Amino acid sequence: MIKYLSDLKIGQSSTIGGFDTSRIEDQEFAADLEDRLLEIGFEEGLNVELLHQGPIGRDPLAVKIGTMTIALRRTEAEAIILAPREKL
Amino acid sequence: MTTLRAALIGAPNSGKSSLFNTLTGSHQKVANYPGVTVERRSGIVTTEAGHNIKLIDLPGLYSLNDRSLDETVSREVITGAHDSEQQPEVLICVVNASNLRVHLRLVLELRNLGLPMIIALNMHDLATRDGIEIDVKRLSEELGLRVITTIAVRHSGINALKELLDRDRSSYEKPRKSLPDASTRALQKEAGRITKLVQIAEGGQHKVTRSLDKVALHPVAGPIIFFAMLFFMFQAVFSWAEGPMDMIEGGFAILGEAVATYIPDGIFRSFIQDGLIAGIGSVLVFLPQIIILFAFILVLEASGYMARAAFIMDKLMAKVGLNGRAFIPLLSSFACAIPGIMAARTIANHRDRITTIMIAPLMTCSARLPVYTLLISAFIPNQTVFGFFGLQGLVFFSLYMAGIVSAIIVAAVMKATITKGTLQPFLMELPKYQVPRLNHLLIGLWQRVRAFLRRAGTIILYAAIALWALTLYPNAPKDAPEADIYYSFAGMIGRTLQHIFAPLGFNWEISIALVPGMAAREVAVSALGTVYALQGDEDQVAQSLATVLQNAWPLSTALAFLAWFVYAPQCLATLATARRETNSWGWTAFMTGYLFGLAYLIAFIVNISAKALMA
Repeated sequence: MIKYLSDLKIGQSSTIGGFDTSRIEDQEFAADLEDRLLEIGFEEGLNVELLHQGPIGRDPLAVKIGTMTIALRRTEAEAIILAPREKL
Repeated sequence: MTTLRAALIGAPNSGKSSLFNTLTGSHQKVANYPGVTVERRSGIVTTEAGHNIKLIDLPGLYSLNDRSLDETVSREVITGAHDSEQQPEVLICVVNASNLRVHLRLVLELRNLGLPMIIALNMHDLATRDGIEIDVKRLSEELGLRVITTIAVRHSGINALKELLDRDRSSYEKPRKSLPDASTRALQKEAGRITKLVQIAEGGQHKVTRSLDKVALHPVAGPIIFFAMLFFMFQAVFSWAEGPMDMIEGGFAILGEAVATYIPDGIFRSFIQDGLIAGIGSVLVFLPQIIILFAFILVLEASGYMARAAFIMDKLMAKVGLNGRAFIPLLSSFACAIPGIMAARTIANHRDRITTIMIAPLMTCSARLPVYTLLISAFIPNQTVFGFFGLQGLVFFSLYMAGIVSAIIVAAVMKATITKGTLQPFLMELPKYQVPRLNHLLIGLWQRVRAFLRRAGTIILYAAIALWALTLYPNAPKDAPEADIYYSFAGMIGRTLQHIFAPLGFNWEISIALVPGMAAREVAVSALGTVYALQGDEDQVAQSLATVLQNAWPLSTALAFLAWFVYAPQCLATLATARRETNSWGWTAFMTGYLFGLAYLIAFIVNISAKALMA
């Protein structure tokens, strides 16, 4: 089963596997989202850790990528695919 | 040698603004690019050799994709396509050493433009402290560009940068390299490749930031801290500003008196005393609130907390289609819509910013308090309801809530219609916490104060003088039965307006008071005083205004008047500020129109329903 950034729990980390903006309802919004995500620092192969969630509806999210902390809404995180992790 | 034109460019959180402040000091100007709300910051840098360099600080951006007005303006300026701004001769691209991979992508995109470019590898000290090591020489080779390490808040590296700018402009080389494929992906790949080569040690996350965020972004503690901070901030705006505001008002009153003793009674004295001095005073009285509020906002911005506040409030604001960043300007508007509208500058998206500015006047500002207090004490009985609520307090609270609920509805309607646009992603970097620099705060504060005094000040002053003239001329005939103001132009306007306002239950006295009340909302109270105090016999004058009104107005009129004040844009200063901040007469007209429209409609409904209920 494919997991997405929005599936992570606080403290969990994973690797970014890719992007799937077709999951977002508003396609006009989704059209540019991949480029925006890339520009702010999301990229395949990078490690990502969920640090914080907003007080209402666990939204937005704050994630760590490299030395940065990036805030994004849950709907935006739903477009970020996590790389499958091999079972240890 | 003519003045060299250089431009600072960089991603958000690259430390670009601090670098600009350190380079130019207080020699800087803030204005808007003509026709748009993008802030144009420029300044003069004086080099060792005594040359002056004109430096512009372009808005922070991640790419040149024209997604926001900021990006469009920056792209136009650096490609030489901008109508009023000349193309810079050299670019200084600011790169945060802690975030090389992301910021190098912008460098590569800019390099393709072919302009001479210097890289300022900024916050080098902070990166080193977090264990990040960068091979600067290798970076320079890989990019084919000059790289200087800078620490924006200290002067380290600044001199090296100035020295580079000091050289003859013919020695600036155009970039030798460029990428054939400029797609985000290709740029990203190359940025990643270079970062791998030059970053000797990757380092970890800023420890202090990580621990502070555990508290500041905690789902329970976070909002508590946020609201405690806001509570303190607005307490400060109200209570700390009170003393200075009284002093300013008192000072101008004394000045007016002093003038009266030197200038003989007549038109000229009235002009100086009631027009000019009172007019300037009515502008300056807002200054303490503006300074205190902006001191707080600037500290919150510079420390990195503002991004956390936006994080906490985003979900709530998203419900009306706005972004978390809109919260602070709206809350500021409870003190006064003027600093609130000015604070909307922190909202990057143009449509969100316009929506925020448009609803800001619906937040009940402190200038409405005298009007509310007067009418509530006169018409609402001081009794308890439901056992423990004071009825007066309840009405007071309802007036505040009416403003807030209306603002939510107006924002939702606007976002669905005129400011409709693609949903804006919240995507935002949460910067490292930093201790704000006092001199940079003072520069920022001074810019806000100057902007307020200069532009809004002139319009308000002219308006105050115009209103003075309207209330004075023409003079009343001798032994006239009504107050002097009745015969003035303001009186004529008021009496004409009376026909329009009759369905709201407003009499001619109210209609007249609304005219000078345009200068500032609370002036309506003193104008009512003027209209009523000079009317009738001595006993009536001796009665307090509240009692006078109690006898003169039916309850339905009083309630309609309160409803009118929840909405009506009875404040030229706010409209002048909205004009300045939106840079558009169209939006200013829209704000004026919709607020008057709502005020009329709601006051009308209140008037007829109150009448029906009491009948």
